[in-house]
Amino acid sequence: MHEMSIALSICDLAAAEAHKAGGGRIKEVEVEIGTLAGVMVEALEFCFETAKRSTPLAEANLKIVTVPAAGHCHTCGARFAADHYLVTCPECHSFQVVIEQGKELRVKTISIE
Amino acid sequence: MCDTCGCGQPNETVTIRKPGDKAEAVERSSHHHHHGDHAHSHDHGSEHQHGAEKGSRERILAVEKDVLSENNRLAERNRGFLEARQILALNLVSSPGSGKTTIVEETIRRLQNDLPVTVIEGDQQSMQDANRIDATGVPVVQVNTGTGCHLDAQMVYRALKSLDPPAHSLLIIENVGNLVCPALFDLGEAHKVVIISVTEGDDKPHKYPTMFAEADLCLINKTDLLPYVDFDLDRCQSFAREVNHRLNFLTLSARTGEGMDAWITWIREQVH
Repeated sequence: MHEMSIALSICDLAAAEAHKAGGGRIKEVEVEIGTLAGVMVEALEFCFETAKRSTPLAEANLKIVTVPAAGHCHTCGARFAADHYLVTCPECHSFQVVIEQGKELRVKTISIE
Repeated sequence: MCDTCGCGQPNETVTIRKPGDKAEAVERSSHHHHHGDHAHSHDHGSEHQHGAEKGSRERILAVEKDVLSENNRLAERNRGFLEARQILALNLVSSPGSGKTTIVEETIRRLQNDLPVTVIEGDQQSMQDANRIDATGVPVVQVNTGTGCHLDAQMVYRALKSLDPPAHSLLIIENVGNLVCPALFDLGEAHKVVIISVTEGDDKPHKYPTMFAEADLCLINKTDLLPYVDFDLDRCQSFAREVNHRLNFLTLSARTGEGMDAWITWIREQVH
């Protein structure tokens, strides 16, 4: 259940950034989450509703942008979409694949009123 | 605690103590916990409004910061401290019951005469593991995470302050037994070492790939039980390599000592 830690981190980070920008009510937090980030989106949404209480995000909406995973084959150099860690290269069937996109877990924007 | 999400931690505390210390609650300072009476109203979506309304003074701030940036910043701070003192820090991660603590005990027994060893133990509750390590004679700090399912960089930072490990030493961090969550939290270690035991099933790397993807070394423990279980060493290693082709393997039995020499050699190679 690390989603609770992540929800708390999102609230801490967004509140700090809003404070730096002069404060105000946070209406929305936009978070990018890679499909291989190890985060269960439904659990994060659930935890966020509790984590945001009594913070400047109390009325904030959590907007999640999913980042699809992509692999890079170190054998033949191909780049391709990957939906999990167990990927073989679709071109040469090598296992020498490095996941180069899809582990994102990033606060992209916050909207303040 | 909320049965569905596990999020109810109205008085979440992490305790950090040494064997013999009185229990001292240490509040986590970086997190807001205003759960109050914990009367949840988890009605998703009902009040959500998307997009800025016309005429409102709503403004968008570009943040572009990693959600775990605070953890990662503290982890880098730990890493800097450890590197400056030339301490090799290993983060041991596995399911509960894979034999982590026995491996730590046997590792200490083989190294402590010529390499100082200190240990940070992570568990939700109890001093069981710290007491076992204490019996070996090396300094140990127990982190009890309460309801938390993983160690984070701040807990390790606090534990390091209490432990004060000597220069040119080995620091073993035994994470909370959990093959999922600890993968996400950098502690400042030099290497993550994932441990799997032959009683667990050789398909674990396929079922829990994130941990195997993050680790540098995989120890396969309890090899003395291989004749009694349907565990295929080759199958397990090939599953794990499909997830992480850079992963190295050592097979051992902490109980009988078989394979421990290669593990000790691996540690010595990392120290120098």
